[in-house]
Amino acid sequence: MKLDNSKKLFVSGDEAVALGVRLARPHVISAYPITPQTIVVERLSEMTEDKSLDADFMHVESEHSALSAAMGVSAVGARAFTATSSQGLLYMAEVLSYCSGGRYPVVMMNANRALALPWSIFGDQSDSLLLLGSGWIQCYVEDAQEALDMMIQAYKIAEHPRVLTPFMVNLDGFILTHTYELVDVPLQSEVDEFLPPFTTPNKMSLENPMNLGFSSTPADNLEFKYQQHKAMLDSLPVIEEVDAEFGDKFGRYYGGVLESYQTDDAELVMITVGTITGTTRVVVDKLRDAGKKVGLIKLRYLRPMPEEALVEAIADAKAVGVIDKDISFGHEGTIFTNVNSALSKSNLNPKKHNFICGMGGRNISKNDIIEMYQLLEDSVNGKDIPAVKFINLNTCISEKE
Amino acid sequence: MKKTKDMLSQDGNRPVQQEFPKRNHISEYPTGPGFTAGHLAEINAGWRVFKPVIDLEKCIACYKCYMVCPDGVIFKQGEKEVAVDYDYCKGCGVCAHECPVKAITMIKDERD
Repeated sequence: MKLDNSKKLFVSGDEAVALGVRLARPHVISAYPITPQTIVVERLSEMTEDKSLDADFMHVESEHSALSAAMGVSAVGARAFTATSSQGLLYMAEVLSYCSGGRYPVVMMNANRALALPWSIFGDQSDSLLLLGSGWIQCYVEDAQEALDMMIQAYKIAEHPRVLTPFMVNLDGFILTHTYELVDVPLQSEVDEFLPPFTTPNKMSLENPMNLGFSSTPADNLEFKYQQHKAMLDSLPVIEEVDAEFGDKFGRYYGGVLESYQTDDAELVMITVGTITGTTRVVVDKLRDAGKKVGLIKLRYLRPMPEEALVEAIADAKAVGVIDKDISFGHEGTIFTNVNSALSKSNLNPKKHNFICGMGGRNISKNDIIEMYQLLEDSVNGKDIPAVKFINLNTCISEKE
Repeated sequence: MKKTKDMLSQDGNRPVQQEFPKRNHISEYPTGPGFTAGHLAEINAGWRVFKPVIDLEKCIACYKCYMVCPDGVIFKQGEKEVAVDYDYCKGCGVCAHECPVKAITMIKDERD
């Protein structure tokens, strides 16, 4: 299927990513296909074939090679794109830290998918959450339009001289990658104005030859790691600036690091990451109609962790729920750990509850979310609600008599 | 910023080791671990028991030793001579083994 840069197109989430990537004009795409990311790579290979995208498409034998190649592209000062999912992302894991430590601003799309075993091609967020500490910026999008727009923003943020950090855009597998919606496709000329060519001091060059990616002794290693941490923290204001500039130019603002919905007077606040935000927003409207003071915070970024903005958005809520489509076995959901840490450093002390659901592609219905808000309300009213609770299990888990 | 020619040896054939000075502020660090000749941080010759000695009378300047040296320490000097950078040679003997005219001999290194 040929994807034109028309004003409006009816496309899947994966196709929206491909459209966004084409507009960002990468020099090289190196990727290995994996469900549910495959369509991104297929469309980009078609675009390079029909010359609507002037890029080299590198066929690689694995995800490890895909990211290694993309890192090499970035190391000569060119713009690189790769995409993966689940086991593929884990196979890349070694190169993730190479790429972030080397300060190569590669942009990657990850289709959030369950981890084996049991083997599953369906969606949850266990894959990227396992790699929160890999030094990559992690953004999670809600719909195809946001996916397209974030491919453009991602390069601008990642390549910013104060940031120079690789960027992962996460889309929920199938729920977003394989569902279709109408998207607005920006004009190439306007994207070119918004996203200038990539420049970096950190590249192979004949004018300024140097060793790249060398070893360091204990005398310097900590400084390089601090520098990397600082660059990630410095990306927080850059994320806000780029989102505002994008909104001014293209008419769509995403709220920067997070979006608050109906939180001003909310007593019960749900924190969502990715597509579940859409369902939760509908539930908030429904509960508001019934007179409940509920709201939601769509956490768009998990690295850098926007602690300050999050605490400000939670404000005077009496209870906070965190929806996690993952579980750090023997502990709790990873998003909950991060939210809890932000709250513990603040002066806020709401009730905090973690809802584990949607793993391996299990549907999260509106009724499930209504139940979660009910649990938060019960907790505020003094009922004993567990801090970490699995929602919508298909079997009984209480101890047998 | 130093010019490339200032970072080479006098005959322009070898990169000169650049000092990686202690930085007083994090902003003075390079962006990521990249630095001119930064990997050659310290002289490293202590692993060597034997060292290669080139007989320039026999040498035919085929540069095979230059090609096979795993540490890149053999270099061209002047018009046709080859030389060994003993600061970094590990004494593996690959050059002597490969030399087609037996111009390279491994001799016991009599360092302290």
